[in-house]
Amino acid sequence: MHRTGELYGQFQTLEQQKESATLGMWVFLITEILFFGGLFMAYTVNRHAFPTAFGVSGNMLDLNLGFFNTIVLIASSFTMAMSVWSAQTSRKKAVPAWLIATLILGSAFLGIKVVEYKQKFDHHLIPGYHFDITYCSNNPGACGLSGKELDDEKKEIKEGIEAEANEAKKRGAPNPEEVGLTALNAHAQLYFSLYFGMTGLHALHMIIGAGLLLWLIFEGLKGRFDANYNTPVENIGLYWHFVDIVWIFLFPLLYLINRHLA
Amino acid sequence: MSEHSEHIVSPKIYATILAALLVGTVVTVYAAKIDLGRWNIVLALTIAVTKMTLVILFFMHGKYSARRTKLIIASGFFWLAIMLVLTLADYTTRHAEPSRSQLCPVPALTAPASAAASV
Repeated sequence: MHRTGELYGQFQTLEQQKESATLGMWVFLITEILFFGGLFMAYTVNRHAFPTAFGVSGNMLDLNLGFFNTIVLIASSFTMAMSVWSAQTSRKKAVPAWLIATLILGSAFLGIKVVEYKQKFDHHLIPGYHFDITYCSNNPGACGLSGKELDDEKKEIKEGIEAEANEAKKRGAPNPEEVGLTALNAHAQLYFSLYFGMTGLHALHMIIGAGLLLWLIFEGLKGRFDANYNTPVENIGLYWHFVDIVWIFLFPLLYLINRHLA
Repeated sequence: MSEHSEHIVSPKIYATILAALLVGTVVTVYAAKIDLGRWNIVLALTIAVTKMTLVILFFMHGKYSARRTKLIIASGFFWLAIMLVLTLADYTTRHAEPSRSQLCPVPALTAPASAAASV
């Protein structure tokens, strides 16, 4: 059965019906806030415990790609908002057009994310047996590192190893100078586990959002959304903006907060 | 019983918010490169919270939604705050060493097998 915006029996007015839909969507988004909130909590606690390793690791992300992706995602939120406006003002042809723009921007975000993940894979920054935080400073050619960038990274890793060794010494480890690198690698893996976990879950939300957008585009092309009926556009819009908000926090927390030390 | 719920936000406002979000993104990147010590994180999060507020109020129509919806939105952040505040109250007031080792014991930090055998 196709919904077209008529009043259902359980509601007294169309406004009430609409408001219920918005309210329901927000209740779902709150469960999402708490869902991501747990990961942000894990990040905060681990960062508090291992500031050195998190700082060194965070500076290994590609700031330019992260910055560009932030711009792309914010732009996609704008196009999404415009599709809602088009529906509310019965511009039936503009609805799918703005939605297609949103889908293109969302796909661009995911594409750039793939490039970033591939880069981390090549740089031995995937947590596991082959993880090696020193890979790029030892093989600068393979990572395209040179000049000041390479010197900075070497210096940061050296300082990181020293900081971890000091920490080990304080805890009475019998061999503090030997464990510095092991500890740095161990704690950097925590960072990258959180990086992949958080950005991965965010990307999964984007993929689901892209699927929803496809459906909206398909229905929008049939001219289904107008001033009378646009609840799906509005609610999927709310979801899309929520995913944007998650990235608004992921970007500074993962990419930025140690740049001043670099 | 319900105030007229459909408030249409104009493209002009959307464009203004878009511009503000883009400016915020550029500012946060440049601010991150200046050494402000512990204030770097404070500034980064302040900008992020501001951007989030703009998205919720305008893109998500939070400013124009019914009071009941506003209450629901606020409650979500309230529950998030409970988790963050209570958890941090624990971790930031514990002695550093046990917190560190409980979170992630480093295998190499334990004495080598030979040393263990002699104990």
